[in-house]
Amino acid sequence: MYGYRIGAQYEFHRNRLVTESPAWAPDLPSADDWKRWGIDQSWSRLIDVPSYDTASHRWHVLDTGKVRETPALGTVLCIHGNPTWSYAWASFLRRFGGEYRVVAVDQLGMGYSERVSRRRYADRVRDLDDVIRTLDIDADSPLILAAHDWGGAVAMGWAVENTERVAGMILCNTGIGVPEGRSAPGIIRLAASAPLLDFVCRGTPTFVEGTVRLSGKRMTKIEREAFRAPYKSAPSRAAIADFVDDIPLSVGHPSELALADVAGRLGNVTVPVLLAWGSKDPVFNDDFAADLAARIPNTTLQRFPEANHLVMVEADVASIADTWLTDLVRGRTTGAGLTDVPDSGQDRSASLWADLAERRFDNETAFVDLATGDSMTFAELLRRVDAVASDLIRRGLRPGDHVAMLTPPGVDLVAAVYGVWRAGGVTVVADRGLGLRALGVAVRSVRPKWVIGPKKALAAAAAMRWAPRAKRLNVADLVAATPGELPELPSVSDPAAVLFTSGATGPAKGVRYLHGQLAAQRDALAMAYGITKSDRLVAAFAPFALYGPALGVPTALPNCDVTKPSELTAVALDEACRRLDATMAFASPSALANVVATADGNGPLSGIGALRVLFSAGAPVPAETLHAVAKIAPAASLHTPYGMTEALPVADIDLDQIDRAEVDDPVGGVCVGLPVEGAHVRIVALNFDADTLPDELQTGETGEILVDAPWVSEGYLGLWATERAARPPSRGLSDHGTGAERWHRTGDVGHVDAEGRLWVEGRAIHVISSSNGPITSVPIERLVERELDLARVSAVGIGPFGQQQLVVVLEESDADVGLASPELAARVRDVVTEPVASVLSLKHAPVDIRHNAKIDRVAVAAWASDVLAGRRSRPPR
Amino acid sequence: MCLPAAVRGLLDEACRPVKVLVTGASSLIGGGVATSLVRRGESVVTFQRRVVPGLTDLPIEQLTGDIRDRDALSGAAEGCDAIVHLAAKVGVAGTWEEYRSVNVDGTANVVAVAARQGIARVVHVSSPSVAHGGEPIIGGLADPPVLGRKRAWYPESKALAEIDALAAASDSLGLVAIRPHLVWGPGDTQLVGRIVERARANRLALVGGGRALVDTTYIDNAIEALIAALDSVAPDAACSGRAYVISNGEPRPIRELVAGICRAGGVPFEPRNVSLRAGQTIGSIIERVWPLVRRGAEPPLTRFVAEQLGTAHWFDPRPAKDDLRWSPSVSIDEGLTRLERWYRQEASAVDQP
Repeated sequence: MYGYRIGAQYEFHRNRLVTESPAWAPDLPSADDWKRWGIDQSWSRLIDVPSYDTASHRWHVLDTGKVRETPALGTVLCIHGNPTWSYAWASFLRRFGGEYRVVAVDQLGMGYSERVSRRRYADRVRDLDDVIRTLDIDADSPLILAAHDWGGAVAMGWAVENTERVAGMILCNTGIGVPEGRSAPGIIRLAASAPLLDFVCRGTPTFVEGTVRLSGKRMTKIEREAFRAPYKSAPSRAAIADFVDDIPLSVGHPSELALADVAGRLGNVTVPVLLAWGSKDPVFNDDFAADLAARIPNTTLQRFPEANHLVMVEADVASIADTWLTDLVRGRTTGAGLTDVPDSGQDRSASLWADLAERRFDNETAFVDLATGDSMTFAELLRRVDAVASDLIRRGLRPGDHVAMLTPPGVDLVAAVYGVWRAGGVTVVADRGLGLRALGVAVRSVRPKWVIGPKKALAAAAAMRWAPRAKRLNVADLVAATPGELPELPSVSDPAAVLFTSGATGPAKGVRYLHGQLAAQRDALAMAYGITKSDRLVAAFAPFALYGPALGVPTALPNCDVTKPSELTAVALDEACRRLDATMAFASPSALANVVATADGNGPLSGIGALRVLFSAGAPVPAETLHAVAKIAPAASLHTPYGMTEALPVADIDLDQIDRAEVDDPVGGVCVGLPVEGAHVRIVALNFDADTLPDELQTGETGEILVDAPWVSEGYLGLWATERAARPPSRGLSDHGTGAERWHRTGDVGHVDAEGRLWVEGRAIHVISSSNGPITSVPIERLVERELDLARVSAVGIGPFGQQQLVVVLEESDADVGLASPELAARVRDVVTEPVASVLSLKHAPVDIRHNAKIDRVAVAAWASDVLAGRRSRPPR
Repeated sequence: MCLPAAVRGLLDEACRPVKVLVTGASSLIGGGVATSLVRRGESVVTFQRRVVPGLTDLPIEQLTGDIRDRDALSGAAEGCDAIVHLAAKVGVAGTWEEYRSVNVDGTANVVAVAARQGIARVVHVSSPSVAHGGEPIIGGLADPPVLGRKRAWYPESKALAEIDALAAASDSLGLVAIRPHLVWGPGDTQLVGRIVERARANRLALVGGGRALVDTTYIDNAIEALIAALDSVAPDAACSGRAYVISNGEPRPIRELVAGICRAGGVPFEPRNVSLRAGQTIGSIIERVWPLVRRGAEPPLTRFVAEQLGTAHWFDPRPAKDDLRWSPSVSIDEGLTRLERWYRQEASAVDQP
């Protein structure tokens, strides 16, 4: 009895405590703390929120609403995850807390909010509803939810119940369920296992510490300190353990059904949702982003390849979110892939198969690889394409699946690529030239469902974990399969390919193409070079080998290691030409240089001599090389198309025109010729803000080059911000009368002359921003190279934007590194009209692989800047 | 012609030659300012310690006195419309009290006299060194002056003077501070004279190989900039209460400039190289020891000078262009040509007595 009485008293006491809820008075950070953490102290406040479960709970929030002067454009409500707190949104509060009311709440039991008894997922959703009611959110302007980690699940739970109130969501490294085909991450399983849970999450700060440590050096010491601040004692960490315990790792878990219910209703959230993802997260990795993208109808993805779990802290999510919010409240279309390829008129609707299908019963050689001796006829190619396609369908390939192509150029690659396209898959092609590491990063970022390659490549991909969850298929099995039932042909607006191009900064970018765009590209090439069915193509530049079948022309690969195109010999090229009686050949500039170098003493090169057209693509070709090529290919017109991975071709020039351009304007830059039929070029003011109308410049004025053509790629993969920046609004530009316009920012600078010829003067990022206006690098470099008879010269700017000084750097193998001799400096200043601050010498200027430029101007500029600041400096490599 | 008296009065007022007080006209740049003003028809009073022989042929009223003497200065400013204040104690030799009294008190006197006599336009000539802490300046602006240097009395006192002067700008007093950066040209003894003299004595040394990109100002440009500042400054002008760095806007590696000056001066250019760190160390030692052994003379190197010559310092030309409507008219190369011509004339003047 005695014991019972004590127990009853205890129960009574405890209930009193809970129901009366003595005012929660947290030990809030000091004014100095807030200041050090970069948080305006006036944002921090405690609010009493009437609760569904008791009278009220006291919440801590960071709220910019109170300090704002003008009406907000909307409210951004931020919900943190576990084990963080509202500080996780510091960058959002700072970045757009002025234009928007940004409110970041500390979930109950977390941060500086009231410590409460255990709450399950469903309770947390109701708690969020409570606090939203109390926050007095303006109902007349948009409400946007931003959420991270567990906060994301809570926010999604509220959103599916309140679809009419939510104008948009920003979700960062979160999830609602474990994505298909994978189990819960081991690290979470371990933390959530009963014996460890209390020790890891509550008893010790291991979980808090582990979370902040994931960010490594991308998080500052002060940020780490702020994240730890509210969780210094074991009682303060109780809710952290509760959160982890709430992850439904076992069947029958109390929150399992609630989460599944929300997951099932996410299709009702039709508003724009930005997925801002740190891809290095060991828990919420890219699979979770893809899972949400599959569940929520209107998502756009911005990956941050270098960021881990706390992506808002580690990467500049805030500025991208700012742009995205601006678009949202202005009602500007957001989201990738909303542009349709017009499928009326012209040839753009023609499928990639039109020409190929005509030759279904043709026994003429379609493709020959002189390196291996393999060849196939058109009939055989079509049979193999059907075999690959039907076998992929049988194995479960679904339309839009990403398929990584690891097959080296050759007959199998051609059959496999067209087979994947025929089946509705999206080929992922990354150039080995990116380097193995970058190639791996690229393939991984696409999250391919399938990998196709020869056995060796598959084993390597598996070993390097490029696509851990992809099905690996041996290309030999696919081409040997029995053709079976095929789906409908893909339409022009279906995705076809992701091609990788090196980015200005960071990892390679995936460029997305639709079927219609690839077909339009093929038509543009056919139109520009008068390619007909009677032509025969030698592709010494491997990517172009894939155009052959689409053009319906026989194609040959010369005997040369495709990864080393610069080793192409004159004999090998000639052999390939003779084999097909070729009329056209594609080669890279370095390959052409080697062909010229190996042409002597090999007798008449009758195959090359018979060529009608010879293209050089990939980088500018020196006119001297082309003149030497002309000697061995006297019948051929020598063409250089201008373009980029995102848009090719843009313009074209032949050797005669190059010679004439050199005479017409020796300091104009690189003349790339007239825009090809169907391509439109505009020159706009440099450094224009993508949100405002770009100023279109007059003939002769230098600015950034914009291009529009039916074959301009669709966009980038998982890079919403990059895609948006590359596709500025077309308003304000003179239209070209074809209706839908989609301008692509090339990142190149140049001008159009009175004859309509396009001149390229370098990359926009290399423009020297002087106080007298922009100075482009290429014309100065070419002038100095010619006048001083030097091979490699770079013109770079040092100093702050808007007042940079021009520095000319000469490559002289026998010079002292540093200031050039007074004589050379004087000669440079004599020929260059712009003021030259200094002339420097380098023994070797590094090559810029990424921009396909002769010299890495960024590295040279950094070195020049150090030298001329009087700092110690090491020459760039 | 019959104009209303009021209009005629306004016209007379507008066309009346302005009377300008130039303090410190004994310096190359001060004399240049006085000469230029007279040439364009203004009446000029100068105030400095001694009569400047080079100005005696011109219709310039030269008054002598000490800038620290407020009454004498007040008398000199009588009837003036504007002041260009150049008087200062420069160099590195002297006590803090000397620098403070001339540069800080002297400037305070100028401001006080202007305020008392209703002179609404004042150009205070300052120095880029007031904001220079030794680190490289790359495309810099006229940053606020910094205080608290040890032993560098010139920049310290000029910093105090500029702070006080700019604070005095008001609705009734237009005042602009101009910081000409490394002024050189024919007749300049400070920079050109020393370089040529040392090169001739084979004692020329360059800090850090002379690679640092350094802004300089050709003398004529500096004079024109001060006159542009005088024309721009007014109580309601954008430039009032602000400081501007003046330079040619053509930074060059110091080695190239020194080589150019040696060539112009007809002396060999064979510099020794001193690393920046060594220069700083040597300069620091000399700073301490020099006053004990060679009181009154200028030391060969100080830490400050080593940093000035060993690190980049160049500036954004746009503020001066926008607010003072001034840009340099003589390029560095043209300036070097003029310097060479001047040295040749000097030489022939010596040859033909």
